[in-house]
Amino acid sequence: MIKYLPSHEYVKVDGNIAYIGISPYAAAQLGNVVYVDMPEEGDDVVAGEDFGAIESVKAASDLFAPVSGAVIEANEHLIDNPRLINEDPLANWIIKVEMSNPAELDNLLDEEAYAALCASEKH
Amino acid sequence: MKQTCLHDRHVALGALMSPFGGFDMPIQYAGIVEEHNAVRQHVGVFDVSHMGEVLVTGPEAEKFINYIFTNDLTGAPDGKIYYGMMLHPNGGVVDDLLVYKRNDHEFFMVPNAANIEKDVAWIREVAKNFDVHVNHMSHLYGELAVQGPEAEKTLLDVLGIDARDLEFYTFKDIQLDGEDVIVSRTGYTGEDGFEIYASHTLTQKLWDKLMAAGVQPCGLGCRDTLRFEAGLPLYGDELTDEITPIEAGFGMFVKLDKPDFVGREACAKQKAEGTARKLVGLELQGQGIPRHGYEVLNQDDQVVGEITTGYHSITLDKNLAFALVETPYSKLGTELKVRIRRKTFPAVVVKKRFYTPNYKK
Repeated sequence: MIKYLPSHEYVKVDGNIAYIGISPYAAAQLGNVVYVDMPEEGDDVVAGEDFGAIESVKAASDLFAPVSGAVIEANEHLIDNPRLINEDPLANWIIKVEMSNPAELDNLLDEEAYAALCASEKH
Repeated sequence: MKQTCLHDRHVALGALMSPFGGFDMPIQYAGIVEEHNAVRQHVGVFDVSHMGEVLVTGPEAEKFINYIFTNDLTGAPDGKIYYGMMLHPNGGVVDDLLVYKRNDHEFFMVPNAANIEKDVAWIREVAKNFDVHVNHMSHLYGELAVQGPEAEKTLLDVLGIDARDLEFYTFKDIQLDGEDVIVSRTGYTGEDGFEIYASHTLTQKLWDKLMAAGVQPCGLGCRDTLRFEAGLPLYGDELTDEITPIEAGFGMFVKLDKPDFVGREACAKQKAEGTARKLVGLELQGQGIPRHGYEVLNQDDQVVGEITTGYHSITLDKNLAFALVETPYSKLGTELKVRIRRKTFPAVVVKKRFYTPNYKK
């Protein structure tokens, strides 16, 4: 299952584990990613609150957590090669979280609703 | 929102479009890094048709320009271009712009898109006291900036424009396809390059030729990263209605020894007494990218300034910024900190010109 926040973060769910990253649409809009400011293992993230930031050449954008939980892993490949996010944003998640309240997933956009949102942003 | 005469072409090329200065402008096509590198290493073309054009003519044209503009055009040669500012009486910057001298009675001003309305109103206001005619021509011109070490050859081979005789910051009026066209050796990238002012139709034709020849289209994204590396200010970031050119460190374009001009007294006072703050370059250590508005701190964590522009420099691979800081913290080598979200990063004051421009002398 994959779900999205309107601010373009996705969450891919595998049991109680959530992989959080940014959508291909967001990656394309950002352009060249040059740095990802990530939390550390053991940090807590809270649904709807920022957990880090993604820096493209032109701007910094806050990253918001779709779900709450404890960070199990931050994607260390992004430290040396942040452009992996441009190459394949769905494969290159940013953080892996153990969810504390999976019911929060119900508040997120499904693929269809998210696609409609992206279409509307393109005018 | 306004569109330039090339808007349809940008959309067809798949450019990421965004509002800038009242226009829907291309930010990037292939990507900022690719476009930036094309200009540093080869050649790229920008649609800068959003820029303003104002022609001032009349017997007192030179006198008027010298009164409204900070640079000194007294006895300037025909065909020469000057960079400078128009100031408020308190020294704040109305706009920074280029002034082209065609002859003693004819000057062509090129202000920023975002300021056109404000500038034209100001120019007309000041012009009341001079025997000049002000002709706002922005809607008549398209403008292309062809920039990079291969720009001269590109003009010759692709556009049939021989600009080999032009020195940096000079221009000439030429005929192209039966039309009057202005070609200048100017730009905003820190590289050699040219700017071409022509009708909308001819601008479209020239753009199409450049695309057919494989010249990289470049958006405003890399225009900003390029000018930043070369130490050039952007109105709205380094220069504003509230910042004087003396504070911003562009006093060399303010000629205090010429006859009176608007803002002279305020600038002379600042130059004599010093300013409370100064624009500096900063180099950061660590993985943090400084951005406009971020706080600059001293070693005691007190706020002593703020970032005006910052990037991870594409050419230099460093995290760099311009910052307006309190003068005691503006000396080269001063150690400061920049707050980036939850953390602070060490930074040191360096020269603003991060990249040495490759202008043709």
